[in-house]
Amino acid sequence: MSAITVGHPVALRRPIYGWALHDGFVVARRNLIQTLRVPELLFFSLVQPVIFVLLFAYVFGGAIPIPGDGASAADAANAYRQYLMPGIFGQTVAFAAAASTVGLAEDMSRGIIDRFRALPMSPSAVLLGRTFADAVRQILVLTVLSITGLLVGWRINSGLFSAVLAYAFLLFFAYTVAWVGAWIGLSVPNPETANTAGLVWLFPFTFLSNAFVPISSMPDWLQPIAAYNPISTLVLATRELFGNPTGIQPHYWSLDHAALYTLISCAVLIGIFAPLAVRKYRNATAR
Amino acid sequence: MSGQPAVRAEGISRTFGEVKALDGMDLVVQRGQVVGLLGPNGAGKTTMVRILSTLLKPTSGHAEVAGFDVVKQANQVRRMIGLTGQYAAVDEYLTGRENLRMFGDLFHLTPGYVKARSEELLTSFGLDDAADRPVRTYSGGMRRRLDLAASLIARPEILFLDEPTSGLDPRSRLGMWQVINDLVADGTTVLLTTQYLEEADQLAQDIVVIDHGHVIAHGTAEQLKDRIGGDRIEVTLHDAAAAERAARALGSVISGHPLIEDNKVSAPVSGGSMVLVGAIRALDLEQIEIIDIMLRRPTLDDVFMSLTGHLAEDETQRPEPTRRRGARRR
Repeated sequence: MSAITVGHPVALRRPIYGWALHDGFVVARRNLIQTLRVPELLFFSLVQPVIFVLLFAYVFGGAIPIPGDGASAADAANAYRQYLMPGIFGQTVAFAAAASTVGLAEDMSRGIIDRFRALPMSPSAVLLGRTFADAVRQILVLTVLSITGLLVGWRINSGLFSAVLAYAFLLFFAYTVAWVGAWIGLSVPNPETANTAGLVWLFPFTFLSNAFVPISSMPDWLQPIAAYNPISTLVLATRELFGNPTGIQPHYWSLDHAALYTLISCAVLIGIFAPLAVRKYRNATAR
Repeated sequence: MSGQPAVRAEGISRTFGEVKALDGMDLVVQRGQVVGLLGPNGAGKTTMVRILSTLLKPTSGHAEVAGFDVVKQANQVRRMIGLTGQYAAVDEYLTGRENLRMFGDLFHLTPGYVKARSEELLTSFGLDDAADRPVRTYSGGMRRRLDLAASLIARPEILFLDEPTSGLDPRSRLGMWQVINDLVADGTTVLLTTQYLEEADQLAQDIVVIDHGHVIAHGTAEQLKDRIGGDRIEVTLHDAAAAERAARALGSVISGHPLIEDNKVSAPVSGGSMVLVGAIRALDLEQIEIIDIMLRRPTLDDVFMSLTGHLAEDETQRPEPTRRRGARRR
């Protein structure tokens, strides 16, 4: 039985760009293969944002006026769809966090996490791989959403470079919230709790923003909260990059420097939640 | 380095809140040896394996695997070991081949090596036909074999097997035993835990019996059996009254206290098969009708009974900390 011979020297690779990234990619590849093996899950994760587009475009759309645009009712409805799509993009990529929460909680409840932890791999690789794969999945989601948007009348009114930049912003934001989701996934006791805990904070987080209604339409005390919500600045920056209507903004530093504020927020969030999540992961099975 | 034992643990304790899972556990496994860690549920077997494989830190005590400290040099330890737990630790959605590739990559082996080694292992473990099917479609025995293959991808010197056959049907169990024996024949050091006395007897040269988190006996299966005396005679009679009478009648033949259970009498004897003749004569003299009579070597069950006062498999579950939240049994 020479085939299963053990204790012999094996061919080892040399690190090229650090093992954390290499191991992260290996785990990300595994997570993406998983996605392809459960096409039903992928399908339904695409259906939800599409339903949101149709609901807001046709049900709520006429009732939410965008200040500064549209003279007739038809113009107003069209203006709202232009306004809406970046909001839906922003909300959808934020919900990528829930996938990270559930995915990690499921991993942690299974035997495979023991094997990962008993391997001489980078301790952050499982988290890097999870967040990276969840962000990559958003490329597909954004593609489907963009096509749906084009079908209901949304248009990109800027150059190619600006549009690519807008999508890059959205994906970076997806990667950022995936870390928050990862931390939640490691903090909950089981996958069932993760299903709820992963979603519950996302509703106030995404709705207390300019994603669907202008900030100027909110009560005064709520406006600063919405203005400093990174979703608002992400959506505003995206609207500007796509050349879509932004409505009239109240004056807040975050809204005046939407792109910069979004990047700072992402850096701060990753700076907080990535180390927290890695620490939780290291201690997770030691309880 | 070659002179050191593969595993050396001294005074390992581990508490989970109020529960003391390990309480001053000592263990030495020499290179090339197969040691069986035998004990009932909750004895601390799994906790010990998790500490030695760097998954869990001891509350106190010191352990070295392949000469490396399991706490301070965890990554060096991980290079030397393979671990197969009670639950198949492979990805359900990936195929068998994809799983092996992933673990090989995470071991930082070269892609060419991983490919060749995966083929070898898939063939040796009879998984060739299933190699490109998602693991979800595998049977329990196939999962365990893939799990063991994954542990062997980097040719570890030391293999930890935590209840490698629990939950398997008898045929799959025999298959696993065959694979483990092959590994052992190749010189792998193996530390395996089991609650099946038969399994420890079959696989391990050296058996460490643990209960309540520490070692209560240690030796080869034969040594352990000798510790509770040699052979035992077992006589089955019509009823309990006859058993009482038989116990008295056997007084001159047996060499220790008779044990009466319902209509059965058993007792240690010395003197080989000739005692059977003596016993039958003694019983016949008292006109006691015998249903069945036999001489048997003590089993590890007897050893366990005499060491702990309870049967290994009778043990009611102690509040052993579950290995992780939401653990699923398959």
